[in-house]
Amino acid sequence: MNTELIGVVVTFLLTVLLAFPLGKYIAKMFAGERTITDFMNPVERFIYRISGIDPKKGMNWKEFLKSMLAINMLWLFYAFFLLLNQSHLPLNPDGNPNMTPDLSFNTAISFLVNCNLQHYSGESGLTYFTQLFVITFLQFVSAATGIAAAVALFNGLKHKTTDNLGNFWDIFTKSITRILLPLCIVMAVIMAFNGSPASFDGKDTITTLQGDTVNVSRGPAAGMIAIKHLGTNGGGWFGANSAHPLENPNYVTNMIELIAQVLIPIAMLFALGFYIKRKKFAYVIFGIMTVGMLFLIVPTMNWEMHGNPEIAKMGILQATGAMEGKEVRFGPAASAYWSIVTTIISTGSVNSMHDSSMPLSGMMQMLGMLINAFYGGCGVGILNYYIYIIIAVFIGGLMVGRTPEFMGHKVEAREVKIAALVTLLSAFLIKGGTALAAYYFVKHGNADWTVQPANWLNNPGNHGFSEMFYEFTSSNANNGSGFEGLGDNNIFWNVTTGFVLILGRFLPIIGPIAIAGLLAKKKFIPESSGTLKVDSLTFGVLTFAIIIIITALSYFPPLVLGPIAEYFSL
Amino acid sequence: MSKHNRNSKLFEGSLVSGALKQSFVKLKPGVMLKNPVMFTVYVGTIIMMGVCAWIASGEKSQGSLAYNLTITIILLVTVLFANFAEAIAEARGKAQADSLRKTREDTPAKKVMTVGDMYVNEIKLVPSSQLVKGDMFICETGDIIPMDGEIVQGLATIDESAITGESAPVIREAGGDKSSVTGGTKVLSDRIKVRVTTEPGESFLDKMIALVEGASRQKTPNEIALTILLASFTIIFLIVCVTLKPFADYANTPITIAAFVSLYVCLIPTTIGGLLSAIGIAGMDRALRANVITKSGKAVETAGDLDTLLLDKTGTITIGNRKATNFYPANGISAASFTEACALSSIADETPEGKSIIELSKLDVKKLHTDGARFIEFTAETRSSGIDLPSGVKIRKGAFDSIRNLANKAGNSVPQETADKVKDISSNGGTPLVVSENNKVIGVIELQDIIKPGIQERFERLRKMGVKTVMVTGDNPLTAKYIAEKAGVDDFIAEAKPEDKMNYIKQEQQGGKLVAMMGDGTNDAPALAQADVGVAMNSGTAAAKEAGNMVDLDNDPTKLIEIVEIGKQLLMTRGTLTTFSIANDVAKYFAIVPALFIASIPALQALNIMRLHSPESAILSAVIFNAIIIPMLIPLALKGVAYKPIGASALLRRNLLIYGLGGVIVPFIGIKLIDLAVALFV
Repeated sequence: MNTELIGVVVTFLLTVLLAFPLGKYIAKMFAGERTITDFMNPVERFIYRISGIDPKKGMNWKEFLKSMLAINMLWLFYAFFLLLNQSHLPLNPDGNPNMTPDLSFNTAISFLVNCNLQHYSGESGLTYFTQLFVITFLQFVSAATGIAAAVALFNGLKHKTTDNLGNFWDIFTKSITRILLPLCIVMAVIMAFNGSPASFDGKDTITTLQGDTVNVSRGPAAGMIAIKHLGTNGGGWFGANSAHPLENPNYVTNMIELIAQVLIPIAMLFALGFYIKRKKFAYVIFGIMTVGMLFLIVPTMNWEMHGNPEIAKMGILQATGAMEGKEVRFGPAASAYWSIVTTIISTGSVNSMHDSSMPLSGMMQMLGMLINAFYGGCGVGILNYYIYIIIAVFIGGLMVGRTPEFMGHKVEAREVKIAALVTLLSAFLIKGGTALAAYYFVKHGNADWTVQPANWLNNPGNHGFSEMFYEFTSSNANNGSGFEGLGDNNIFWNVTTGFVLILGRFLPIIGPIAIAGLLAKKKFIPESSGTLKVDSLTFGVLTFAIIIIITALSYFPPLVLGPIAEYFSL
Repeated sequence: MSKHNRNSKLFEGSLVSGALKQSFVKLKPGVMLKNPVMFTVYVGTIIMMGVCAWIASGEKSQGSLAYNLTITIILLVTVLFANFAEAIAEARGKAQADSLRKTREDTPAKKVMTVGDMYVNEIKLVPSSQLVKGDMFICETGDIIPMDGEIVQGLATIDESAITGESAPVIREAGGDKSSVTGGTKVLSDRIKVRVTTEPGESFLDKMIALVEGASRQKTPNEIALTILLASFTIIFLIVCVTLKPFADYANTPITIAAFVSLYVCLIPTTIGGLLSAIGIAGMDRALRANVITKSGKAVETAGDLDTLLLDKTGTITIGNRKATNFYPANGISAASFTEACALSSIADETPEGKSIIELSKLDVKKLHTDGARFIEFTAETRSSGIDLPSGVKIRKGAFDSIRNLANKAGNSVPQETADKVKDISSNGGTPLVVSENNKVIGVIELQDIIKPGIQERFERLRKMGVKTVMVTGDNPLTAKYIAEKAGVDDFIAEAKPEDKMNYIKQEQQGGKLVAMMGDGTNDAPALAQADVGVAMNSGTAAAKEAGNMVDLDNDPTKLIEIVEIGKQLLMTRGTLTTFSIANDVAKYFAIVPALFIASIPALQALNIMRLHSPESAILSAVIFNAIIIPMLIPLALKGVAYKPIGASALLRRNLLIYGLGGVIVPFIGIKLIDLAVALFV
């Protein structure tokens, strides 16, 4: 095996190796057992006291969601206001201006919802103050919100019959103090030692070999790079994200960033098994998700490592594979691996330009986001997978001749309705958004807008279609990566993706928690040999098939018009 | 399934023609609206009619009139097929119920005019349709019972074969748990006075016919949930088709309305959408074919979920009565003389136990010298019976303690070996009958419960389905345990009183389990009502029948097992056809999507993996396949997917392979074949 592949395999194995004990720790910690982070107790008690929170008070699903949504709303206004006025605030050594209202609307939402779609470039679009107190702050709390939502689901699954999904404030606080903060500190230190800046100084000036003077942006970036991956956020300090030499200096940091972004999503799966004491259930989910990931990764790596046939036709050797848009220090294998990992788990950070990937690699990246449940984002990946499980339980349950039940609770009309709505929503947001964009592009290309729709796309034809489709897919999946080449910093894109972002974030959290809450309240039915075994491989395969079929059926036409048509036209 | 199947042919000529007519009647928008999936196809058909009219008036951009007309007709046929599926299911259920009801229509009834009429207790001949609840009528030998009712006076043998198919007559009498008579059955002997228990048109059969016919048919909870899921798939595909318009504009591809409508109709789950209500009706119909009247569709659905069955020992697990299996003479008594004594003691014993003793003795009763003998009847006081022969010999048989008392009084003791044998027999689940001659114990007869042949396998089958069986018996715990083990039931309730059943059901339900029981007596009524599925025997009291949610016309206690399977079949049929319907879409996409874009993006020819003739033939083939798959699956929807008790995971694997993978592959072949045929015309 060549070293490029070994690098990828080692990265993945290391991730799983680290995720397992972390998952065990997370389960113990949320179960209230003694853990090594108990030294944080006084800090948490202090927070609870000044906030007037009783961490012992249980919440039903409605109370839980109310708390979660209320605080998120508050953060939204806070972020919006700060971005709008950042030039007047301190820590702005480069003298960057305020954001426009539509851009700050989009940015505030984008970071609140853990998406980190960036219609700006960090170097010039933000100040150190907003980078730290808006961007980094939201990266922490949005990840913690996701983890808290997943733990609410765990609580619903753990007990036979319960009304109590846990206390949102307690779970949320501990997600930060006991998971995100400790891990981030470790990672930020490593990043700083590898050359990522951690300074409050403004731009540096260097003289290149040619004698030109170049201004290099800096800032306290190391900490943000840590949380952007650990919290599956993805929003970079610099515009070029993790392709930027200061944001991802070398292969080791590349490995660390790769591990960091998948670490918590996988650890949460293991935590699920330990927490609800159904390890096999969690392992099967982990297995299915891993197979799903491999289905996307293996062909992508293959395509990227074999280069572009159009270039080959010109008689140019591509010994290192398709290198357009890739960094030499990472190579095509690690870049292809990253491009899939970042799309399946909703990080959206990039170390290569997805726009330049081979057409079908681009499709794989889109599929990763359309499915959004192979590992998935911090906490929310499990919630997305849970929706698929509910549909699989419903169809599979019927196929074994019983009315469907999941973990001892009957799945009835109300739960199916919620699951169906959540599934519908993605299809509606992604295709509705793309259809709207395509409509303006075709019918109102010369509209009297600052950026005319006809000028949105760098590339015409199928690839241009992919750029628009990718943007909405990324927004709905709260991923945040972009098929660049799309002129997206204008009112149309800022506003439409802003709405897609917020709906694509909160409804898929509200839905699963509501289902979990409704199911947990129902009477518990013990399992018999006639009951559908949800921890069996067969059920795992059924869920996988449901995921593939629903995704394929919902998105076949746009995928055909975008990447597939492009591929066949090569 | 049942030995009494009637009309087992799926499509009977008379039913089909009626159903065909109904398919058109059901085109009424109000009726169509009940099925959201098919309603949208209906709307699509109407849109296509408009398009055809538009083309006829000179529009050129939408393709040829013939092509559009063909699509329109196929869509209409799709809707009609779905309506036909429902209509044929209704017709079959109705025919089944009608054949039961026919027997009781317009029978002359001997009505007893009550006080207040001109003459008290005068008997007047009236048509049965004039009887109302509370009326009394008389039935004598040879009469057909005009209405369902309860015997208030008298006893009669009744031929219930019209309903149950069972030719052996049964005895029904006033009071007790066998007081119910059913309209349409025939009195073979004696005279009974019966009170009508149902209003005309409100008997269980009438209610069931109404359920089947649709007037009072309500969707079951699971059917509602599935409809929601299907509706959401429908909306997803509506979004697919609507957004395809701007996408196609972007790709500079004109797409005809016919193509949009065809794509939409092919993608939405029309197969399961068209068959869903037929599946539900067929479930009730299958129950009826097993001679079980269900009072709601929900009861059948619940039956599939049952966790626990309460079964009466007698009649279900054991053959009606105990049988003599062994004679054990005491020491010093010869086997032959003991056997003769046993036979003699039982000559006048008309109980099944007594008859079985004669049978076991293999003696010819007529050759025994019993002239002038006095027969001693069994009384509750002596708890023994027997015979006093003219020779002065007194033979008695009875329960151990009663015969022991008899012997002890006469100064005789019980031989040790007999006392031991008595203990042995008891602990093996048998009943000992001790025999004495002139107050001296001479041996013991062993009576055993005979477990029905094949019942162990049925319980094993139930266990594999995940259903727990509980035997209910009046026997003592020792005997009950022995029989329970031998028959292979999972649990038993010994020395059961009616309230024990009730408590057991409640206890199981508290654990989240669904419980079924069968009962006939009035004292069973609370438990029947408490159970999730309560099956009342048709011979049972009106109270019991009112309390349960099913009535078994055969009075067959093993029917519960069939009912569970019918319920499971119903649910499985829904699940597998849903899977099949959705899996079909893969092939339909590969047929239609390349067809739509091939003109503007020729490279997409690569996606035309079925190598269909032309874009138009591809779309036509997909739509035709989509339509004809509905009638092709009607037999499956009506008969139900076979249930195999092989464990949930194995069952899921099997169904996934057949209906999931099969659902992906079959349409590729089907569409290709249709395309080959269509290509001849296009």
